[in-house]
Amino acid sequence: MIGTIIRKELKMFFTSPLAWILLTLLQLILTWIFLGRLDGFLEIQSQLLQIANPPGVTEIITLPVFAMAAIVLLMVTPLLSMRLIAEERRYHTLTLLMSAPISITDIVIGKFLGLMVFFSMAIILIVGLSISLLLGGDLDFGLIISNTIGLLLTAASFSAFGLYISSLTAQPAIAAIATLGGLLGLWLVDLVTGENNQWLQAISLLRHFERFNQGLIDTFSIAYFVLFIATFLILTIRHLDGERLRG
Amino acid sequence: MTSATTILAQNVCRNYGSYVAVCNINLELKRGEVLGLLGPNGAGKSTTMRMLTGNLAPSAGSIEVCGIDLLSNPQEAKMHLGFLPEIPPLYQDMTVDEYLVFAARLHRIDTYEIGQKLDGIKQRCGLEDRSRHLIGTLSKGFQQRVGIAQAIIHSPDVIILDEPTVGLDPNQIREIRKLIRELGNSSSVILSTHILSEVESICDRVQIMCKGSVVFDQAITELKQQETNLEMIFTQLTQGLIKRDED
Ligand SMILES: Nc1ncnc2c1ncn2[C@@H]1O[C@H](COP(=O)(O)OP(=O)(O)OP(=O)(O)O)[C@@H](O)[C@H]1O
Ligand SMILES: [Mg+2]
Repeated sequence: MIGTIIRKELKMFFTSPLAWILLTLLQLILTWIFLGRLDGFLEIQSQLLQIANPPGVTEIITLPVFAMAAIVLLMVTPLLSMRLIAEERRYHTLTLLMSAPISITDIVIGKFLGLMVFFSMAIILIVGLSISLLLGGDLDFGLIISNTIGLLLTAASFSAFGLYISSLTAQPAIAAIATLGGLLGLWLVDLVTGENNQWLQAISLLRHFERFNQGLIDTFSIAYFVLFIATFLILTIRHLDGERLRG
Repeated sequence: MTSATTILAQNVCRNYGSYVAVCNINLELKRGEVLGLLGPNGAGKSTTMRMLTGNLAPSAGSIEVCGIDLLSNPQEAKMHLGFLPEIPPLYQDMTVDEYLVFAARLHRIDTYEIGQKLDGIKQRCGLEDRSRHLIGTLSKGFQQRVGIAQAIIHSPDVIILDEPTVGLDPNQIREIRKLIRELGNSSSVILSTHILSEVESICDRVQIMCKGSVVFDQAITELKQQETNLEMIFTQLTQGLIKRDED
C-alpha cells in the first residue's frame, strides 16, 4: 500500500515541470561549483606536491560540493514538500485517501518516501559527479560515503519537517514559506548562538551535517537525525488523525 | 438475518465544539437496499456520511460495516466501502485512466484485474472516450461521473453517495439513477439528495434528517400505499421544526 502512494507522488512530481526544473537547476549549480573547484585544484596542484601531507582531491573538490548541496536541498525542499498534504486538502482529495483501506501511517510514510526517492536521485547525481574524479586520481571513498549518508539524512530531515508543515494548512504557498523559514532557523541556529550554548548547538542541523561533511560518522548525530525525522513524521500522523476527531 | 445487514450505525452523535451537528442517528441497511437521505441544508447529511465512511470520528455511538467495527478496525471495514463525497475528490492533473487506476490500487484490486475493472467502470459511467483527458479539463458533469466511478470501482458492499446527481444533464441523471438501481441489487446504497422525486424513483427507503436527527423513516412502498406525498411530509416536518424553533 505504501508503494501505491510512493508511485503516485513520484508521478505527480514528474508530471509537473517544477520537479524537472529543480533537478536541472540543482545539477547546474553543483556542476558549476564542482568545475570551479576543479579549476582551483588544478592551479594549486603543483604547489600542493611540495607540502609534506597535502589534502587530497576529495577534500578540496568534493567537500565543498556536498556542503553546497545541503544548502541547495534546503532551498528546494519547501517547493517540493509544500504540495504533499496541503494540496490534497485544498482539492479535497484527502477524502479519497482517508476513505480507502489504507492507514494514515502508510499515507504519511508513502509521501515521505516519495520525496526521498526524488532526493536520492539528486544525491546520486552528486555522488556520480564526485566519482568522476577517479578519472584523474585517487579518491577518499570513506569521505564520500560519510558525505552521502550525511546528505541523505539531512534531506530526510528536511522532508519530514516539510511534510509536517504541509499537513497544517490547506495553502501550499503558506506551507512553503513556513517550511523555508523553519528550516533556515534550524540550520542557522548555531550561527546566532555563541560557542558556549551547548543546547542550541545540539539542535542545529548544520552542526550535525558538518560532522558528516568532515568525514565523521558520529552516532550522536545519526541519533539526532533519526529522532528529528521520526518526530516530525509522528507529528504529521497525529495531526491528520486528530483532524478526523476534531473535524 | 444479521448476515445480510451491511451497515449498522447505533446512536451515532457528532459535535463540532459545542455545536451538535448529528445527534443519535440509528441506521440499518440490508444488502440490496437503497436508502435516500433527505433534509434541508445543514441538516447533517454530509456529516453522517463522513462518519459512516471513517472520514470523521463520531463523538459517540458505534458503526459496523459488514459486521466489522469501523472504529476499532477501520482498514478492514473500509474494504467494503465506496464513498463519493459532496465535493468529488479528484486530482486535477491526472488523466481519467491514471486516476481510476490509482483508486483501484488504493482499494487493493489486484494488478491483473485492474485493466478489466477499468474498462467495465468507464463503460458503466459513460467515460469511455474520456480516458486520456485530464480531469481538470472535464466539465462538472464528467467530473462527477469520475467521482462516482471511483466510489464503485472495487464493487463495495456499501456505497455511499453524497448528492451524486448534482451537475449531471437529464440523460446522465437517468443513466446514473439506473446505475444506482443496479448497484442496489448487489450492494447497499445510501445517497443524499435534494430532489424528492429521485428518492421516490430509486430508493427503497427514505429518511428525512433535520437539525441532526432523523425525523422520518419509512419504506417507499408503504409511502406509495398510503398515497402520501413526500414533498408534503418534507415541508411539514422540516419547516415545522424550524418554525417551532423560531417561536
Ligand atoms: N468542520 C465543521 N466545523 C463546524 N461545523 C461544521 C463543520 N462541518 C459541518 N458543520 C456544521 O454541521 C452542520 C451539518 O452540516 P452538513 O454538511 O452535514 O449538512 P448537510 O445536511 O450535508 O447540508 P447540505 O444539504 O447543505 O449539504 C451544519 O450546520 C454545518 O455548519
Ligand atoms: Mg451535504
